[in-house]
Amino acid sequence: MNFKELEQRATNIRINIIKALHSAGSGHPGGSLSAADILSVLFFHEMKLDPENPKMDDRDIFILSKGHAAPVLYSALAEKGFFPEEDLLTLRKINSNMQGHPDMRKVRGVEMSTGSLGQGFSASGGAAMARKMDKKDSRVYVLLGDGELQEGLVWEAAMSAGHYKLDNLVAFVDWNGLQIDGNNDDVMTVKPIDQKFASFGWNVLMIDGHSLPEIIDALDQARACKGKPTLIIARTIKGKGVSFMEGSAGWHGKAPNEEEAKRAVEELGGVWA
Amino acid sequence: MTVKMATRQAYGEVLVELGHEIENLVVMDADLSKSTMTAEFGKVFPERFINMGIAEQNLYGAATGMAISGKVVCASTFAMFATGRAFEIVRNSIGYTRANVKICATHAGITVGEDGASHQTFEDMALMRTIPGMTVVNPCDCVSAKKLIRQAVAMDGPVYVRLGRAPVPNFYQEDDDIQLGKGKCIREGKDLTVIATGIMVSEAMIAAEKLQEEGLDVRVVDINTIKPIDRDIIVKAAKETGRIVTAEEHSIIGGLGSAVAEVVVRECPVVMEMVGQLDTFGESGKPDQLKEKYGMDAEAVIRACRKIMER
Repeated sequence: MNFKELEQRATNIRINIIKALHSAGSGHPGGSLSAADILSVLFFHEMKLDPENPKMDDRDIFILSKGHAAPVLYSALAEKGFFPEEDLLTLRKINSNMQGHPDMRKVRGVEMSTGSLGQGFSASGGAAMARKMDKKDSRVYVLLGDGELQEGLVWEAAMSAGHYKLDNLVAFVDWNGLQIDGNNDDVMTVKPIDQKFASFGWNVLMIDGHSLPEIIDALDQARACKGKPTLIIARTIKGKGVSFMEGSAGWHGKAPNEEEAKRAVEELGGVWA
Repeated sequence: MTVKMATRQAYGEVLVELGHEIENLVVMDADLSKSTMTAEFGKVFPERFINMGIAEQNLYGAATGMAISGKVVCASTFAMFATGRAFEIVRNSIGYTRANVKICATHAGITVGEDGASHQTFEDMALMRTIPGMTVVNPCDCVSAKKLIRQAVAMDGPVYVRLGRAPVPNFYQEDDDIQLGKGKCIREGKDLTVIATGIMVSEAMIAAEKLQEEGLDVRVVDINTIKPIDRDIIVKAAKETGRIVTAEEHSIIGGLGSAVAEVVVRECPVVMEMVGQLDTFGESGKPDQLKEKYGMDAEAVIRACRKIMER
């Protein structure tokens, strides 16, 4: 395992998140940065996919159910080579493919259009069922936000994935504890996430969402688990990697200005050009 | 004596035929398979039938997941829940991605009958019509239902198919040419045109025959596709007959009447009357009693025709 490479990929993803959001002038840095390590492992270690052949028949698919974290998905796809890095700077701009929330019809590598919470998760269940029906060994990965768990649709989807024993489905919860109006626990507690999903028939794992070895190990355990979908509750820090954004609900949906973006990129070891 | 059969029955039958013909056809339901008639497909093709339980939002979300994985999906429940409860999933997951999902919804309109207002939807076509790229189909009998469902399944992209609970007379013959998106002039006439959809087509025909006795020559057009609507047949009717009455088992707000008016006001303004559910909820009762009480039967069409002749 080349942890150095995965770490560097995660850092590059973070740097591009900051640059894209600064260029856009709006968007969601906190929940994009918190998921960068998970996406680095998925795109550069776990998933079977080919940027040269994005519709490859037996590929694994990733769905960003927390669609507002679009910058982390776009940055991971660009890092993987699905499209040029420069495209990221058109994020949220008129006539760009880089929509504020991901559009599968516009961006190579985006498997499902998301943005309205809960719907990506619901689609991931259908995609996993289709693969079972076809007896494919292709797997489905989906990332949810913690605040997203407040959506009723999430629990309909959780119930059906457990019922149909979708062991080719792996869901991450990016548990950074914060949502727009503040702490999950103040707005509408989602705890206990583990017991809720376990009671819906899921194999539940709890990890540090910024530890590459723990993410990798959890994905291995998910693969080994038969007869149940796996939920990986990843404890994360909103804004991870940028000191002044870490742990701040204020950075949920606000873009950095030039000075902030420069500082963030330099903190991450990147070059602000 | 004309054979009477519910369009949902035709749906159930054509699904089994299609199951044999189309390998990647998947049928999904939300615990109403005996009512929506998808159960027979489930018996014949258990490996391609998925019951999602009483969870309509997830029904359509998961149907999208199936579609992005290469399946053609017919996903069914009652029209109320398919278009009402699941609206935003249908809009954002199915509509926005142009997913190959056919929303075949049954128990639309007042003819749901005894179940009453909570289950009688008059808003479904209005809601589905506003979603970009959504095709909206409303067959008037079982012969056309089967033909239209086949065409809906054959085309790529989302389609809303509105089906009914109550038996309706079989109006068309097996060899009649029924095309999705094409209206059909089923009775010539020069004084006015009744443009009808769904169960109101046969009511319009009864009305036209009766009005003939009064010396009124009524044209009747069956609009089986509310969107994209057949503009040509509407404009032709406006130009040639100068008066249009629309008839639908749906709210007069946002449905066939509105769709026809949108064409008429822009291309050939003529007077119009609209037969349909007024701005009110329904109630329990037998379908025929409800059709009479809420003004969606041949008599209501006759009243509208007489009224428009006085304008």
